Amino acid sequence: MSKNGMVHIYLMGKQYEVPEELTIMTAMEYAGYELVRGVGCRNGFCGACATIYRIKGDQELKTCLACQTKVEEDMYIATLPFFPLVKKVYDIEEVTPSQQIMMQLYPEIYSCVGCNACTKACPQGINVMQYIAYAQRGEFEKCAEESFDCVMCGICSSRCPAGISHPQVALLARRINGKYIAPESAELKERVQEIQNGTFEDLISSLMNKPVDEVKKLYNQRDIEK
Amino acid sequence: MLTQEMLDSIKKVEAKRKANAALEPERMSADAKDEVLKKYHPDYIESQFTDLVMGVNKGEKVPLELAELLEGKSRIKASDVDLSNPKYDVDVLVIGGGGSGSAAAIEAHRAGANVLVSTKLRIGDANTMMAEGGIQAADKPNDSPEIHFLDAFGGGHFAAKKPLLKKLVTEAPEAIQWLNGLGVEFDKAEDGSMLTTHGGGTSRKRMHAAKDYSGAEIMRTLRDEVQCEGIEVVDFSAAVEIILDDEGKAAGAVLMNMETKELCVARAKTVIIATGGAGRIHYQGFPTTNHYGATADGLVLAYRVGAKLLYPETLQYHPTGTAYPQQIYGALVTEKVRSLGAKLVNKDGEVFMHPLETRDVAAASIIKECRDGKGGIKTPFGEGVWLDTPMIELKNGEGTIESRIPAMLRMFSKYDIDIRKTPILVYPTLHYQNGGIDIDTNCMSGVENLFVAGEAVGGIHGTNRLMGNSLLDVVVFGRDAGKSAAAKAKDVKVGKLTLAHIDSFEKEREEAGVTTDTLSPKLLPHYAREVS
Ligand SMILES: Cc1cc2nc3c(=O)[nH]c(=O)nc-3n(C[C@H](O)[C@H](O)[C@H](O)COP(=O)(O)OP(=O)(O)OC[C@H]3O[C@@H](n4cnc5c(N)ncnc54)[C@H](O)[C@@H]3O)c2cc1C
Ligand code: FES
Repeated sequence: MSKNGMVHIYLMGKQYEVPEELTIMTAMEYAGYELVRGVGCRNGFCGACATIYRIKGDQELKTCLACQTKVEEDMYIATLPFFPLVKKVYDIEEVTPSQQIMMQLYPEIYSCVGCNACTKACPQGINVMQYIAYAQRGEFEKCAEESFDCVMCGICSSRCPAGISHPQVALLARRINGKYIAPESAELKERVQEIQNGTFEDLISSLMNKPVDEVKKLYNQRDIEK
Repeated sequence: MLTQEMLDSIKKVEAKRKANAALEPERMSADAKDEVLKKYHPDYIESQFTDLVMGVNKGEKVPLELAELLEGKSRIKASDVDLSNPKYDVDVLVIGGGGSGSAAAIEAHRAGANVLVSTKLRIGDANTMMAEGGIQAADKPNDSPEIHFLDAFGGGHFAAKKPLLKKLVTEAPEAIQWLNGLGVEFDKAEDGSMLTTHGGGTSRKRMHAAKDYSGAEIMRTLRDEVQCEGIEVVDFSAAVEIILDDEGKAAGAVLMNMETKELCVARAKTVIIATGGAGRIHYQGFPTTNHYGATADGLVLAYRVGAKLLYPETLQYHPTGTAYPQQIYGALVTEKVRSLGAKLVNKDGEVFMHPLETRDVAAASIIKECRDGKGGIKTPFGEGVWLDTPMIELKNGEGTIESRIPAMLRMFSKYDIDIRKTPILVYPTLHYQNGGIDIDTNCMSGVENLFVAGEAVGGIHGTNRLMGNSLLDVVVFGRDAGKSAAAKAKDVKVGKLTLAHIDSFEKEREEAGVTTDTLSPKLLPHYAREVS
């Protein structure tokens, strides 16, 4: 257990004593590491800080984002700053929103053995195996929704016996959903057209040419939508 | 663990929640805003600023920490690299692989240019990835680019360069359409119309979002497109000096491998600086919401070759940074939390301001409440006021938090705080660099062939930026910078490369009496503990 608010952790096998309220990332810095790899947003959005750990005496191998996880006593930590995902190249304009595209680009998803290691490993709590199942069936909308919080850290893929690059599959599904499946906004289309027709040109020019005091008045008195 | 003081205060917040939710607090008058800003906003603390003693902006004030970098020493000597033997020779060099750099690279590539993206960490390790709240565009029937202009112009204290702001608002709807066409998902109603909300300082609901991963959704899609188009990207490769040609035009950059420190030369017909913000400079000791590489490098690179800066003295402190728990100290609590109905509440459970004032006014008001109002709620390392998140579901029904701001829910739940049930403690955090490099409407700086896009630009927003206008400028100006730089590259004949500016800058330092040894650009903050 922790003593005086300090815990013992093992960075790539070497022991350090660090304050217990630190995250794995800040604990590494406390230990003296000047990080270049394995750090990006520092707040759970970029997936740069994929990490594997095991608590001494515990069978289970755990995974997490180092910037989002507090240190614990006897934590054995290995960082995974890079994982070789397979990224297929395609032209989004040419892609069709059908199951064929997955077969063509990421056929390995059909070799999923259903072990669920991906889901268990996901630091975002995403049901990864489920979204792969959706992708297999060409259900891109569901795949997009289920995978939405993916930060592409690659931990799922590091655990996959079938060699699937889950985050890339999900990204393709989201792009297909965003572009082809979700309904188009008619209002948006119309507004773009109006702007191209120069509809607002005069209004903006006249606003730009007003003396600043007049603009201030307009600003302070503008009505605000409830 | 929440302290007893926090728990007691939460009881008061809970008791008044229903009444507070129904309340429509008054907006501040223009005079009241001015007063609170002058008295409490960090930009107004004179002792935290100094006048530059050298360079194009000599005599103008900037934050102390920025002055040290702008007047800093180069990391290299001209003789460290062989300019006659460039490793890369391209049409357009993009420095920075965030949102603006990626948008620029895509458009330059599509315009037929041979493009190289050089970025300090990995492509996408950037502030763009972190944006949560959303992106503005006037596409609703009750809205128009002109109303958007007025909101942004006023919110930026009437200091924006009008032609730049005009470009921002008139190209906004098309920017959204472009993103959507690349496959970026947006929150939409069944009929496809965009679900939009208010942001601080907006008079129409024009904030478009992809849940609270708006920036991530944009960034990962742009990154994917850069890769799909086969654009060359070099990760862990920081620009440390701009290279000029013998006519004084930008003609490339010296790049440094962040791991091995090896230097190399990239020659280019045009260069785009897309290096983003400066939160990791920690102005005035504030924590920050920014990514690890946000160290104002672009400003330093540009300043050293003679590009002028605009409004570098204005920073944006986001009113709602996390004040507790420590693990996420300074991290952003997106403005969308307030857009969805959560109010700012003091120690005694009283609403002390309208939750959707502009960011500078909101930040100053929170500082005021802590310093001279009811006082802040103490944490082990600072203080804060409540942001009453349970109010969101009281107003909009159960499930709203999970469906609209899942990232927030997750961020706090990791530390056993359920924001559906418990309010959260917030205090201002360093968020955005309002100023930056001065550009014309083609995105070119004062140095020929040196283009700029994104947060590194100054003047689009004036001296304060509204939420949602930055992701927008990243796309609008990123794309335009890419197009302009590619078009310009067609007529450029690069002269003889030179790094002579390093020596002359050093001489100017001596003459101005600058004696610090600070190396710049900073590249990364230093967080490693000194272990002796
Ligand atoms: C937490 C957070 C939330 C936000 N929320 C919103 C929001 O809801 N709406 C909104 O409109 N705006 C928001 N913003 C602001 C907005 O996200 C940023 O201003 C914008 O994304 C900046 O984009 P950029 O391309 O200019 O810079 P970035 O996206 O930061 O990209 C800059 C890139 O340049 C690289 N770089 C830096 N220096 C060098 C160098 N010397 N050499 C090579 N590469 C370098 C960096 O590593 C980085 O990859 C938010 C910002 C943050 C931090
Ligand atoms: S550093 Fe970005 S997710 Fe941890």
